[in-house]
Amino acid sequence: MITLSNIKKTYNKGAVQALNDISFSVEKGELFGLIGPDGAGKTSLFRILTTLLLPDAGQASVDGYDVIKDYRHIRNRVGYMPGRFSLYQDLTVEENLNFFATVFDTTIKENYDLIKDIYQQIEPFKDRRAGKLSGGMKQKLALSCALIHKPSVLFLDEPTTGVDVVSRKEFWAMLKKLKQEGITILVSTPYMDEANLCDRIALVQKGDILSIDKPAAIVSSFPGELYAVRAAGTHRLLQDVRNYQGTSTCFAFGDALHVTFKNAGSQPLLEYLHTKGHADATIEKIQPTIEDCFIHLLK
Amino acid sequence: MRQLITFIRKEFLHVFRDRKTLLMLFGLPIAQIVLFGFALSNEIKNSRIAITDYSKDAVTEQLISKIASSNYFDIQRTVQSATQLEAAFKKGDIRMAIIFPADFANDLVHTGKATIQVIADASDPNLATTITNYITRLVGDFNTQTALTAGRPLQILPEMQFLYNPELRGAPNFVPGVMALVLMLVCTMMTSVAIVKEKELGTMEILLVSPFKPIYIIISKLTPNLLISVVNLFIILMLSAVFLDLHVKGSILLLTFDSILFILTSLSIGLLLSINAKTQQAAMMGSMMGMMLPTMLLTGFLFPIENMPLPLQVLSNLVPSRWYFIIVKKVMLKGLGITAVWKETLILTGMCLFLFTISLRRFKIRL
Repeated sequence: MITLSNIKKTYNKGAVQALNDISFSVEKGELFGLIGPDGAGKTSLFRILTTLLLPDAGQASVDGYDVIKDYRHIRNRVGYMPGRFSLYQDLTVEENLNFFATVFDTTIKENYDLIKDIYQQIEPFKDRRAGKLSGGMKQKLALSCALIHKPSVLFLDEPTTGVDVVSRKEFWAMLKKLKQEGITILVSTPYMDEANLCDRIALVQKGDILSIDKPAAIVSSFPGELYAVRAAGTHRLLQDVRNYQGTSTCFAFGDALHVTFKNAGSQPLLEYLHTKGHADATIEKIQPTIEDCFIHLLK
Repeated sequence: MRQLITFIRKEFLHVFRDRKTLLMLFGLPIAQIVLFGFALSNEIKNSRIAITDYSKDAVTEQLISKIASSNYFDIQRTVQSATQLEAAFKKGDIRMAIIFPADFANDLVHTGKATIQVIADASDPNLATTITNYITRLVGDFNTQTALTAGRPLQILPEMQFLYNPELRGAPNFVPGVMALVLMLVCTMMTSVAIVKEKELGTMEILLVSPFKPIYIIISKLTPNLLISVVNLFIILMLSAVFLDLHVKGSILLLTFDSILFILTSLSIGLLLSINAKTQQAAMMGSMMGMMLPTMLLTGFLFPIENMPLPLQVLSNLVPSRWYFIIVKKVMLKGLGITAVWKETLILTGMCLFLFTISLRRFKIRL
């Protein structure tokens, strides 16, 4: 459905590397996630696939059409939701939806089924200007607008950035539903916890793909064992664990430290910490998350 | 077609929902007309002058009452000595002083010759020239009148006639100028801002990734601006007819046609500006700096083009408003028809087509 081979993109005449020889493909009906921090190259990738940018090198196709030669065909059949909220703030909810339906040569009625679940939630506010909506409602409206012409591929660039937790959950539930309709979805997010909700993910960093696989497979590929260390005074704890000779890696994750060791077994650390004055230190073995894998791959 | 109509309707909604811009759009022509019509006039009205009469005879009284009867001067007769005069000039209380020496009538009767001293404040040279000219004419008139009544033979009297604007009012010159300025500014600014706004919002990304053709985007952006500008044009014409008593002498149809041509040219310039501008501010500055100055300076309504150095004269040929200004003057003031303005119309048409084609070809179908 979507294929990329050796896509390269630089900005400022080659000074900034945005995408570095990217190749992967997305199957029809797949919910594919691009996971990576800001500046990883996610938006550049989206813009190339939606025919908004030309790659410096490499080939890419969407739904069988080349992104350079057949850009008109692609523009007819994809739905795109850019990273920034991109609807008309001074038009009402209904006017926005109507406008985008017409631009794509369809009507709200025609594809109402597809957007019903999403649109129903914002329909009570249909006479409100889009600029006056809350973040979650804006996102739902933007998704409705991107879906109104029943695209075969949906590109969502950081759709949940700046949206509250509840709305984010709802949003992902909606994506699951759309997937069942047979729509291929490429979604990017900086939130690692959303990665598990995708069929497959690509971890991207500074224009490179670090790993592509099912979330579970990426997690299980984490080498060695991971431990969570907790104690009061996390900052001093971090210093002490890092200074411990058996420590391989140590990163702060919320109130805990995620630690791997050079050799199997963890007990000596606890004793070491006790001698360092961390009387309340605890340690437990945990399952690695996508974020652990990401940090591991970054090394 | 349905797509295009919806898009155009959307553009109108943007315009009508943005109260501030709307106010500026229709406030600008009104403000300009009021400003140029009433405040920034280069006509001389009520110039403060001092008259010092050392002679105090019948002839000077007659001459002074003649000067006073014109509307141009606000006469002060309290200033009497040379030091007082100097102080008044320095303070800016008076613009000119007329001094009749003692024995004025005596000299006139006995030698047939008498002098009046006229002192003008030339720190504003235009004003000084204009008011001294008025005085010279008044005195000249007075001369010939007394000469005729005295029955002296063989006088050559120049009879001057000022065509198209006999009262030498400012309005006939600046109304065409204001038309050119306002239409140019409003069109370029609105168009460039309207397109850059979509880029800034990110909506341009969605529009590009849609089956909607770029030419449709351009047409829908231009249509509301075209209509608003035509409305603006009629507002200016109406204001100048009602308040400045300046009516269109020639064909309104021809004037409207040429105005639309000029509007389209300006819209194309706005389009061109928007293609390179990244932010609304840049677009706004571009249209203000890039368009306002050349329009003001090189159109010919503030400074006559014939008096400019050659390079500027050549440059002025590239300014669309220069040609439009000529057309408006010919059609509106002189009442001439298409035979008189075909050349200018043709030049505008060429500019319009050229600019529109370029902006169309340079309109980016990608980011």
